[in-house]
Amino acid sequence: MTALLSLPIVLPILGAAGSILAGRVKYAQRAISITVLSVNVVLAGLLLVRVDDVGVASVQAGGWAAPMGITLVADRFSALMLFVATVMLLAVLIYAIGQPGAERHHVGFQSVYLVLAAGVSASFLTGDLFNLFVAFEMMLTASYVLMTLGGTPAQVRSGMTYVVISLIASALFVTALALVYAATGTVNLADLSGKMADLPEGVRTAFSVLLLVVFGIKAALFPLFFWLPDAYPTAPGPVTAVFAGLLTKVGVYAIIRTQTLLFPPESQAGTLILIVAALTMTVGVLGAIAQNDVKRILSFHIISQIGYMMMGLGLFTVAGLAGAVFYIVHHIVVKTAMFLVGGLIEHIAGSGRLSRVGGLVRSAPAVALLYLVPALSLAGVPPLSGFVSKLSLVRAGAAADAYWIVGVSAAVSVLTLYSMMKIWNGVFWSPAEEPPEGVPHVVGRIGGPLLMIVPTAVLAAAAVALGLFAAPLWEFSERAAADLLHPAAYIEQVLGR
Amino acid sequence: MSTLLALAAALLFAIGTWLILQRALTRVVIGIGLLSHGANILMMSSHRRGTPPIHGNDDPGNFSDPLPQAFALTAIVISFGVTAFLLALAYRSWVLTHDDEVQDDLEDRLIGRGAWVDKDIADEQAAIAEEELEQS
Repeated sequence: MTALLSLPIVLPILGAAGSILAGRVKYAQRAISITVLSVNVVLAGLLLVRVDDVGVASVQAGGWAAPMGITLVADRFSALMLFVATVMLLAVLIYAIGQPGAERHHVGFQSVYLVLAAGVSASFLTGDLFNLFVAFEMMLTASYVLMTLGGTPAQVRSGMTYVVISLIASALFVTALALVYAATGTVNLADLSGKMADLPEGVRTAFSVLLLVVFGIKAALFPLFFWLPDAYPTAPGPVTAVFAGLLTKVGVYAIIRTQTLLFPPESQAGTLILIVAALTMTVGVLGAIAQNDVKRILSFHIISQIGYMMMGLGLFTVAGLAGAVFYIVHHIVVKTAMFLVGGLIEHIAGSGRLSRVGGLVRSAPAVALLYLVPALSLAGVPPLSGFVSKLSLVRAGAAADAYWIVGVSAAVSVLTLYSMMKIWNGVFWSPAEEPPEGVPHVVGRIGGPLLMIVPTAVLAAAAVALGLFAAPLWEFSERAAADLLHPAAYIEQVLGR
Repeated sequence: MSTLLALAAALLFAIGTWLILQRALTRVVIGIGLLSHGANILMMSSHRRGTPPIHGNDDPGNFSDPLPQAFALTAIVISFGVTAFLLALAYRSWVLTHDDEVQDDLEDRLIGRGAWVDKDIADEQAAIAEEELEQS
C-alpha cells in the first residue's frame, strides 16, 4: 500500500536524478524515462483497481498521524486521474523520442519531463493543501523549463507571461494557505473538511472564492484564461500536448477536490460556477473560431472544454460530477491526441498556419484520419467519447432543471464542430501549398516517423474505445462522483476515526 | 506587532501589484519578489506567538507554532528558485532583443494592423520581422 501511493512520486524524482547522471548518453536517458513511466502506469493501474475494490487508500509519510503528518491519499477520482495522466505522459514521451528536432536533443529534457511527472502524481495524491502547493510548484517549475527549452524569441516572450501569471497565482495560493491556517489551524484536507464547517459563512465563502481564483488561473477559467492561448502554442509539439492534456486538468482536479471536500455542497454558489462555466466555454470556442493557426485553435479549445468540466461541478449532483469526471478523462485523451496531430502537421508541412498548409489528405492520409477521429470526438459526434461525456453532462443539467446551461453547451458543441472543420478544410482538404524550404516534401508511407504515429494512433483509438465501451468508465465515474459528494469515507480513512 | 505585520504585508502586496503591471521586465521581476514576500509575511503572522518551540522546559502551551515558519521557509525557497529562473529568462530576453520591455504578442500586433485576413499574414509577418531587425 505504502509503495503504491509513494512510488508514483518517488520513482520519477529518482529517475530525473539518474537521467542527469546519465548525461549525454541519450539511450540511457531514454531507457530510464520509459522504464520509470511504464512502472508508474502499472502502479497507477494497480492503485486504481485496489481503490475501487477496497476503498480509499492513505499513507502517513514518516508515520506521523494526520493531521500532523504529511498525508498521501487516493480515492476513486484521484486514482483515475493518476492512471490517465501517467498513460498520457508515457505516450507523449514516446512521441517526443520519435520527433526529430532540436528540443529533444537537449540534455535536460528527459529529467525535467520526469520532474513534471512527479509533480503531476504528487498533485493527485497529496492529502493536504500545503503539499498541493508544493506539488503544483514542482510541476510548474518543470513546465517553465520545458516551455522555454528552445530559447527562441517567441518562447521567451510567451514563457515570460506564463511564468509571471503562474507566480502571481502561487503568491495568491500562499496567501490563501496563510488565511486558511490562521482561521482553522490545519492544512490537512480531511481535517479542514470538518473545521471549515465551524467557520462563519462569510469567511467560508471568501476561502471558497479565493481557492477558486487560485486554481482558476491554473485551469484557465473565464476571466483568467488570457495567458493560455499565448503561452501554449510556442512550446515544442510534444510539450504543448502534455501541457494541454494535463496541466490545466490538474487545476480542474484541485478545484473539484477543494470545492467538494472543504465546502458543503448545500452552501455552494453553484449558479456562480455555472455562469463562469458558460462564459468559459463560449469565449473559448469563439476565440478558437477567430484563429488561423492549428495550435492556437486547439489552445482556445482547451479553455472551451474546461467550461464543460466546470458545468459538471456547478450542478453539484452525482450525475453532474460523474459527467465532469468522465469529461476530464475524455478530454485528456482526446486533447493530447489532437496536439500530437498538430505536431505531426507542423512536422510534415513545416507550419501550422491554415493558409500555409494544404492537401494533407493526399500527401499524408494516415495523419488526416488521426486528426478526424479526435476532432469529431471533441465536437461530440457519436459514437466517440465526446458524445458520451457531453450527453451525460446534458442529462445531468436537464435533471437539475438548469436548462439554460444545457442550451449553451449544445450551442458551443456546434461551434466546436465548426472550428474543427475549419482546421480540416484548411489543412487537409484545401489545395496543396508549396512547403517552406528545408522541409522534406516526401513524408513516407504513413506520414511520419513510426514513434510519432503510434502514440497518436493509440490515443485516437482510446477516444473510440471510450465511446463504444463507455459503460465501465461511466459506472466508475458515478461511483467516484458519489464519493466526492459524500466524503465521509475519505475523511475517516485519513484521520483514522 | 501584528498590525505592523499586516501593514507591511499590505504595502508589499500593493507595491508588488503596481510593479507587475509595468512593462519593464526588471520591474516585473522585482514586483514578483515583493508579492511573494508579502504572502510570506502574511504566512508568518498567521500563527500563535510564544516562546521558542522544543528548546527549553517551557510549557508546550506557550510554544509558538512552528508550522507556519516551516511553510514560509518552503515558500521562500520556491520563490527564490523561480525568481532566479525568471531573471535568467529576462536576461535571455535582453540578449535577444536588447530591450527590457515586454514585447507585444505577434498575433495581437497583426490584429492591431487589421491584418486578420489570412492571405496577408505571411507578408505582415515578414514586414514585422524586418522592422524588428531595423530597430535592433
